[in-house]
Amino acid sequence: MDKFKSIRAVAAPLPMINVDTDMIIPQNHLRTIERTGLGKFAFSNIRYNDDGSEREDFVLNKPAYRNAQILITGENFGCGSSREHAPWALKDFGIRCIIAPSFADIFYGNCFKNGILPIKLPQEIIDDLMKDAEHGANAVFTVDLENLEITRPDGQVIKFEVDAFRQHCLVNGLDDIGLTMAKGEKISAFEEKQKAQQPWLYK
Amino acid sequence: MTSPRTLYDKIWDAHVVEEQQSGNSLIYIDRHIIHEVTSPQAFEGLRLAGRGLRRKDAILAVPDHNVPTTPDRATRVDSIESKTQLDALERNCREFDVDYIPMMDARQGIVHIVGPEQGFTLPGTTIVCGDSHTSTHGAFGALAFGIGTSEVEHVMATQTLILKRSKNLRIDVSGELGIGVTAKDVALAVIGTIGTAGGTGSVIEFTGSAIKGLSMEGRMTLCNMAIEGGARAGLVEPDEKTYEYIKGKPKAPKGAQFEMAVNYWNSLKSDDGALYDKEVFIDAADIVPQVTWGTSPQDVLPITGYVPNPADAKDADQKASIERSLDYMGLAPGTKLTDVKVDKVFIGSCTNGRIEDMRAVAKVVEGRKVNVAEALIVPGSGLVKLQAEEEGLDKIFIEAGFDWREPGCSMCLAMNADKLLPGERCASTSNRNFEGRQGPKSRTHLVSPAMAAAAAITGHLTDIREL
Repeated sequence: MDKFKSIRAVAAPLPMINVDTDMIIPQNHLRTIERTGLGKFAFSNIRYNDDGSEREDFVLNKPAYRNAQILITGENFGCGSSREHAPWALKDFGIRCIIAPSFADIFYGNCFKNGILPIKLPQEIIDDLMKDAEHGANAVFTVDLENLEITRPDGQVIKFEVDAFRQHCLVNGLDDIGLTMAKGEKISAFEEKQKAQQPWLYK
Repeated sequence: MTSPRTLYDKIWDAHVVEEQQSGNSLIYIDRHIIHEVTSPQAFEGLRLAGRGLRRKDAILAVPDHNVPTTPDRATRVDSIESKTQLDALERNCREFDVDYIPMMDARQGIVHIVGPEQGFTLPGTTIVCGDSHTSTHGAFGALAFGIGTSEVEHVMATQTLILKRSKNLRIDVSGELGIGVTAKDVALAVIGTIGTAGGTGSVIEFTGSAIKGLSMEGRMTLCNMAIEGGARAGLVEPDEKTYEYIKGKPKAPKGAQFEMAVNYWNSLKSDDGALYDKEVFIDAADIVPQVTWGTSPQDVLPITGYVPNPADAKDADQKASIERSLDYMGLAPGTKLTDVKVDKVFIGSCTNGRIEDMRAVAKVVEGRKVNVAEALIVPGSGLVKLQAEEEGLDKIFIEAGFDWREPGCSMCLAMNADKLLPGERCASTSNRNFEGRQGPKSRTHLVSPAMAAAAAITGHLTDIREL
């Protein structure tokens, strides 16, 4: 997994609430057996016209935001389906950080598995950051995961919080499957105990 | 003596392999169900890392999202992409020796219908699947939730997940449900009350006499939609109905083990005095048949209502959201919901594709004719289909003008050939009315099976109580 220590990039404003995973990546693009190459389909229903041309009014199509790596958005971002294609598509597009008042649980967890940092902040702060982000190519933020700090374009620093284990894995690009496999003995001990108590769960 | 615990606390505590210093826990996963859309990358990850499955006896595979629902499906390929995913599931299951139910097997169906039918879903277990509607299995008093593909791979390799304990949210629905009011209406009314983010970070336990009164099918419908209220999981404490449903199912414990299991399952109840982080009380008598008008499941109203006006929104974000929804849905504020005409009707999905749902539809449409361009009725599994046909329901559907299909996810998410055309409006028994959910620019109104059947007959959204 890609490490995430600190990024300095343009933030794009997406002032919508309840952006669901069907909107982030529609179902017709889920029929893949790869994790890669989904960036061109990110937000496709609101990003392209019926003829496949880009919609000028969609924020990520605007010249200033084409290389945005940060999204500032509304509450309950990523609600709906568990499809990890949603963070895969965002990551492939170039998004590394999403800042919102709240996220849906499954999407939030999926981001960390894919080198994307979701940050929760109070609505009042999001409102300020949203205004910053409206300044096009000048909306450059620094997001520092090691120090848990966002630096706004005017230099003001905002602190944020992230679960320490998730921070550790993301900063170091760690594969948590490998970490859990190292606990194989503990898992075996659990299984032996459970098998004695609930044998019907084992064949 | 331990302090009183909720049902969720008990299941959680029984699955902790290790408490980690970060405040997370390593939680053991008893049951893993997989389908073709969210598993291929997980199998690929295992292959690349040279890892295998930790427990082959704890995983069950069945294709559902992509499968065609037409009678010629054994020979037909909808699209190269669908075929690639279906073939990959079969190949991966063979390579990793996973219990796999093929598309042409009578047991095939939607993962969340197949799990319970096969007795794979059991009380007190932890159940995961790369699908958000895994919450369905909570109807059995199992802690069941959807996960992403990376977590699918984590479970395959380790039979565990690293999780943080959720909050306890209790939703109590007491009293008697009115005539024509079903589990689906309860689910929609709950979401209308708490909102689509109301359950975020929580597991919902549904309590109260109206919940106890629901059949297992109804409880599954209710828990299925817990995710639409933002909760990863819904729970109903197991009881005699639960045991009765499980008894004799192929993968359920048998004989003395069944008795032993029931003994344990009887302990799966929230203790008196157990503390919930939040409690919501709903009077069952206040719930009337529900219908969604917008593009989020929380955009829901009683069928007796009117399309809302953005001017009445509580803030600017809400106003923008309502305006966007109405524009997308092609609805004017103030329109009486029963005046909204529908083009098509879809009955099925993991929310409402069980035998009880089929019976509810048959009851409404028997001796009547559909009055919409297309009315699709898709059983949730091959076993539901067989049962319905044994009861003669298929003849009632076909006689009324319904298209009776083979089992699959079908038009719930339009990953297969079943989808709406742009601009078409559908009364649907599925779970999501998101933009584009049933096909690009499709318009979805979520309703119960009886309400969908009524709309199919009249051609517009209809109050089932008046049909």
